[in-house]
Amino acid sequence: MVAPAVILLLAVTAYPLVYNLWNSFHSENLSIATGQGGFVGADNYTKMFKSSEWLHALLRTLAFAGVSVALETVIALGLALMLHRRFRGRGLLRVAILIPWAVPTVVSATLWKTMFDPRAGFVDYVFGLHTTWLAGVWTSWAAILVADAWKNVPFIAIILLAGLQVIPTEIYEAARIDGASWSQSFRRLTLPLLKPALAVALIFRLLSALLVFDVIYIMTGGGPGLSTETLSFLNWQTFLVDTDFGYGGAISVMLVVMCLLIAGIVMRVMRTSAET
Amino acid sequence: MSTESATPGPLVATRSRGRPKRRRPRRRTVVREVCFYLAVTVVVLFSLFPFYWMVRTSLLSDSAVGQGVGGANGLFPAHLTGSAYMEDFTQQGFLTPLVNSAIVAFATTVITIFVAALAGYALARLPIRGAGAILAFILVAGFFPVLAMVGPLFLVLRDLGLLDNIYPLIIVYLIYTLPIATYLLRNFFMQIPKDLEEAALVDGATRLVALRRVLIPVAVPGMFTAGILAFILAWNDFAFAVSFLETPGHFTAPLAIVNLGQSQFQVFYNRIDAAVVIITIPVALLVLFAQRRIVAGLTAGSFR
Repeated sequence: MVAPAVILLLAVTAYPLVYNLWNSFHSENLSIATGQGGFVGADNYTKMFKSSEWLHALLRTLAFAGVSVALETVIALGLALMLHRRFRGRGLLRVAILIPWAVPTVVSATLWKTMFDPRAGFVDYVFGLHTTWLAGVWTSWAAILVADAWKNVPFIAIILLAGLQVIPTEIYEAARIDGASWSQSFRRLTLPLLKPALAVALIFRLLSALLVFDVIYIMTGGGPGLSTETLSFLNWQTFLVDTDFGYGGAISVMLVVMCLLIAGIVMRVMRTSAET
Repeated sequence: MSTESATPGPLVATRSRGRPKRRRPRRRTVVREVCFYLAVTVVVLFSLFPFYWMVRTSLLSDSAVGQGVGGANGLFPAHLTGSAYMEDFTQQGFLTPLVNSAIVAFATTVITIFVAALAGYALARLPIRGAGAILAFILVAGFFPVLAMVGPLFLVLRDLGLLDNIYPLIIVYLIYTLPIATYLLRNFFMQIPKDLEEAALVDGATRLVALRRVLIPVAVPGMFTAGILAFILAWNDFAFAVSFLETPGHFTAPLAIVNLGQSQFQVFYNRIDAAVVIITIPVALLVLFAQRRIVAGLTAGSFR
């Protein structure tokens, strides 16, 4: 009875992965008529490690993932604490943050592209600016970060909220009777007890931030120049614009390795810090 | 993952500071309440305002968009029109992508529920060798980089002559939906008391009959949750659609939006935003009517 699920998933994940591995050691460039399919050893990998475009895409991706996830987690923690309280209008708040999460990335990216547009947008209009946000490097990143956070903060907040809800309220009572201030019980009780939820949220978000593609494609197309080109975007370009499936395969393999490594590191860090 | 592993350190008692404050909390509480509601308002505005701006822009005429923001086209435009919506359906042919997206998302949802229910049930109840490893694989599959799959799947679809066709997407989208749905339903089946099923088995029902007659009715809420999440995930895809589809008649709605409203001379944000409003509606309705289920599904997918 598990067979259909496993077979289907193998077909759409494991098989492509193996195919990538195979391609990465072969010449599979559809735009070159001759010499296709030949074994080329580690050529594709040497090309990748020597490529400054790849290296820059890697650094950009890591920086984006680090900055966006850190920012989003802090905001989400505040939001989760907010949602944890019982108050009038909690339902409204929950719906208000869930809709941005549920909406397609195409919607969030297009929405913020409109908002940041100098002629049709709200941001320049309300602040009286004349900035073409998506034409500059840092302003592009700022716009991308806002669009990304708008869509993803709710997800982290929901996970953290669930983490807050399993903490028994009695321990806060006890802490208060012992005279602990709010910030003390937050640091000493809430944060440590929230660690499992934080780990889950961090892994989910880090992995999806490392694979960021839709927002980039829609908002900047990797531009201006190559300044917002991330690994996933470079990978897509190599596959579908350059139709180089050998080199693209190598980039894909490294992408998978990187994701596994980072997930492993996050798991380990969270576990060891939870033990001490 | 368990919460027991984290043991908070002993609290330093600051009794002398804690006590007197509690006697006159009035003004501080009021200030704190005001700040709290202010923060809530900011969050709600930040979440929802872009939607207002999108609806506002979608109701502008082509010429109003051409004039840019400001003057009569400020926060509350003087003239509103539904012409962008008309144009999306008449000139831009947005109906076809919309139907394509609906077909794919529904089909993916149905397959996901069926396959994930079977797998979830088996993983929860049957003595399968390596059940842990299978579950681990299913979960890890959900983390595979989607963009890494694009290349090989493109080659496979090309060899099968299935490029520029929406139907293969139904299977491809299982990457998004199966891991979370299977995990969700496994947890759900584990919560259903075993006696219920054993009673049916004693009465001579086979496993499949027991699943269909006894368990499925009880499991319907869980399947509903899994279905909602699967629909949202399939409806939202962009990466695969942009890689495998070529002709506008075969686009899904998100892909169509990206190619919409661009002309040589100006970007028709009103048409783009009208299409964005349209594809947001189903998702917004799902959230409004099933928010509890979605929250439960998201959190059950990550805990226990």
